Amino acid sequence: MLNLNDLEDSKMAKRESSFINMVLTLVLVTGIAAAVLGFVYDFTKGPIEVAKLKAQTEAIKTVLPEFDELGETMVLSPGEGQDSLEFFPAYKNGELVGTAIKTYTKSGFSGFISIMAGIDKDGNFSGYSVLEHAETPGLGSKMGVWFSNPEKPNQYVIGKNPETTNFTVSKDGGDIDAITASTISSRAFLDALTRAYSTYKNNKTTGDSGQ
Amino acid sequence: MNQWKNFSKGFLKENPVFVLLLGMCPTLGVTSSAINGLGMGLATTFVLLMSNIVVSLVKNAIPEKVRIPSFIVIIAAFVTVVQLLMQAFVPALYKSLGLFIPLIVVNCIVLGRAEAFASKNNVGSSAVDGLGIGLGFTFALVLLGSIREILGSGKLFNITIYPENYVTLVFVLAPGAFIVLGYLIALINRMKKN
Repeated sequence: MLNLNDLEDSKMAKRESSFINMVLTLVLVTGIAAAVLGFVYDFTKGPIEVAKLKAQTEAIKTVLPEFDELGETMVLSPGEGQDSLEFFPAYKNGELVGTAIKTYTKSGFSGFISIMAGIDKDGNFSGYSVLEHAETPGLGSKMGVWFSNPEKPNQYVIGKNPETTNFTVSKDGGDIDAITASTISSRAFLDALTRAYSTYKNNKTTGDSGQ
Repeated sequence: MNQWKNFSKGFLKENPVFVLLLGMCPTLGVTSSAINGLGMGLATTFVLLMSNIVVSLVKNAIPEKVRIPSFIVIIAAFVTVVQLLMQAFVPALYKSLGLFIPLIVVNCIVLGRAEAFASKNNVGSSAVDGLGIGLGFTFALVLLGSIREILGSGKLFNITIYPENYVTLVFVLAPGAFIVLGYLIALINRMKKN
């Protein structure tokens, strides 16, 4: 593949591995790499922010009834030592129509799952959207559509809440049918929704209007 | 050297997945669907092409004893560039591949080509080599991903081919990756024998 000439050429021209040469080379290589990365980071910073915000706004729109204005984002903790959830209250003509909650669970089949859940003004789930997950494709990854299929009332979570419905999978004695062959992912999903709801309730009682 | 031969060797004769058996971690990890395979393959191709070009340009300025760390820094820089660009402009693909992109750094194909080819050849040949090997890798990942997606979820590039009730789930799970890869390698060895 490579002829003798090439080989000799490269050997002759190679810089000697003296201490100074080695230090100099490494400093130069890392310095240039850092400069290039700094430039690219600066260049992509804006678009990355925009893409993230867009994904979040899209998610909020899909999980809530129609609204025309988002209120101030609130960061609320679901309990001692747990990561906080983000609340996005939505208004239409100045009236609260629902709250989108960015909730999470750490008990997915592959760990962390992030979900945007919407709760309407009556305190029922109005929709959800899975933002981030690493569940098995074809199994747990089906959670995005499984729990929002109106033709299957036993797996449908919309219009329900953990007070009127037992938000555990039927295998554990609850009212929601788990995804076929993905009980762990389903438990995790319901865990995230329950976390959103209980945080919502806790703050409702201390919050402004109540119900 | 014949550049066409240099380019096409990546597809069959020296295919990184089927023949050299390099980069198995991303290969088995991301190929649960064809689109993931394609995205990962193209990202790796970009890194391979750029790192091969840069390594062949600087090969004579880098002392023998620090060449590996220097190559790794060059490769890692390009991987980070890819990661940032994907995050900014194709967030959907980044979401499904996110975890595997940083792993391109430790993909032995990239360092392997830098060390075995780019550090001994001129820029033109190195670029062709990087492109050929990269596209060969992409071809292998798409092939694996397609087979697994069709058998495991009844779809190809997210288009339903047959109803989900008839799928064989094991193919989208980790064992399915090994099974499909094993059969493909057997098939290719058989083909090469003739």
